[in-house]
Amino acid sequence: MLINGKESEFADVRTVADLLKALELEKGAVAVELNREVVPRADHLRTTLHEGDQLEVVTLVGGG
Amino acid sequence: MTTLTADHSTDRYHRQMLLPFVGEAGQAKLLKSTALVVGCGALGTVIVNMLARAGVGRLVVVDRDFVELSNLQRQVLFDEDDVNGLVPKAEAARAKIARINSQVQVIPLIQDLNHTNIEQVALEGDYGPVDIIIDGVDNFETRFIVNDTAVKHGIPYIYGGAVGTVGMCYAVLPHTPAGDKPWEIAGRATPCLRCIFEQAPPPGMNPTCDTAGVLGPVVSIVSNYESIEAMKVLLGRYESVNPNLVSVDCWENQLRQLKVGRAYDVGECTCCKKRNFEWLDGVYSSSTTTLCGRDAVQLTLAPGESKLNLVQIADRLKAHGQVKLNPFMLQATVSDNAEAFELTLFKDGRAIVKGTKQPTRARAVYAKFIGS
Repeated sequence: MLINGKESEFADVRTVADLLKALELEKGAVAVELNREVVPRADHLRTTLHEGDQLEVVTLVGGG
Repeated sequence: MTTLTADHSTDRYHRQMLLPFVGEAGQAKLLKSTALVVGCGALGTVIVNMLARAGVGRLVVVDRDFVELSNLQRQVLFDEDDVNGLVPKAEAARAKIARINSQVQVIPLIQDLNHTNIEQVALEGDYGPVDIIIDGVDNFETRFIVNDTAVKHGIPYIYGGAVGTVGMCYAVLPHTPAGDKPWEIAGRATPCLRCIFEQAPPPGMNPTCDTAGVLGPVVSIVSNYESIEAMKVLLGRYESVNPNLVSVDCWENQLRQLKVGRAYDVGECTCCKKRNFEWLDGVYSSSTTTLCGRDAVQLTLAPGESKLNLVQIADRLKAHGQVKLNPFMLQATVSDNAEAFELTLFKDGRAIVKGTKQPTRARAVYAKFIGS
């Protein structure tokens, strides 16, 4: 999987929700884009990941 | 306000009026616009500076804080005189803009913007309902309150945030039940912050300027991006507003754009779809806030509590240490259990207790020296 432009490998990551857990971002305000389309939060559990998927994971930025 | 003659207008705004999508008609639109800038710190000063120079006619600038030395690294409208004079940021911005462009009006509001007063500020001021809300905020709570307000009342909202070397910008052109806003007619409505992020992160999870620091140019990039998106909206050029979420890391040299439109199409957003405005309804409200970038806590008194008599309090606090007083606020150094605190009181009853990040400690210091 390509995450934020970097080749990354995770054991036991099947879904978007698994990935966020592996990244320790499951409680965060995070937007996930899978192959150029955003995955709404409600779909994180049922969206499965496959080899070659491209993901962008960004966290809402709070400062200012 | 000074009347603007055609000659003045041509001179001052000539370079941007050369652009085909501005021209005379566009410039007239900007001059007639009212923008609400929430927060006048790192992001807000750049936004106010740019939009005032561009001739946005009225800028309502809300900020609860005063200028400090550590602000000058990135908060472009302020100088050392503002630090020495303990000048509230909104007032300092007004004074500076008056020297830059006397043809636009800055309306400074020295107050906390929260779920109890934001609709009054956005819709019922003497200046009329605002055309846009632009984010210069330093915390998540206010951003979600602004997002609710924008969606509830169909006001475009430009979100921006920056911390460390990363930043983010996104234009919310809200979907409304009637679907008759010009950006909806143009087919350019976008998901709201809650469609995309659902909820603010729990306190302490995300880095703040306090823990991670922030580089001036990063803030500048984000706030200028916000400014141009705001100009597109005010010019009515919705087709040019970026529908993507822009995310930048200036140190890792990464610039990303996330296609977020689907978040509204397939989502069940509490805010936009169910029109349940939890942040605006105060479901998540707090009466204390740890301030970004400072070892300080802000205390907000319950609504209805009378305004403070600063002169009287200053007299009383003189016995405890140094006291500074100006027409907007009072600042005193006090010590409690051998710990030193800087106590700043505003006329509206708010207090900033510096020297702790713990709300309970801050409340105790306030109770001891001001009363509970």
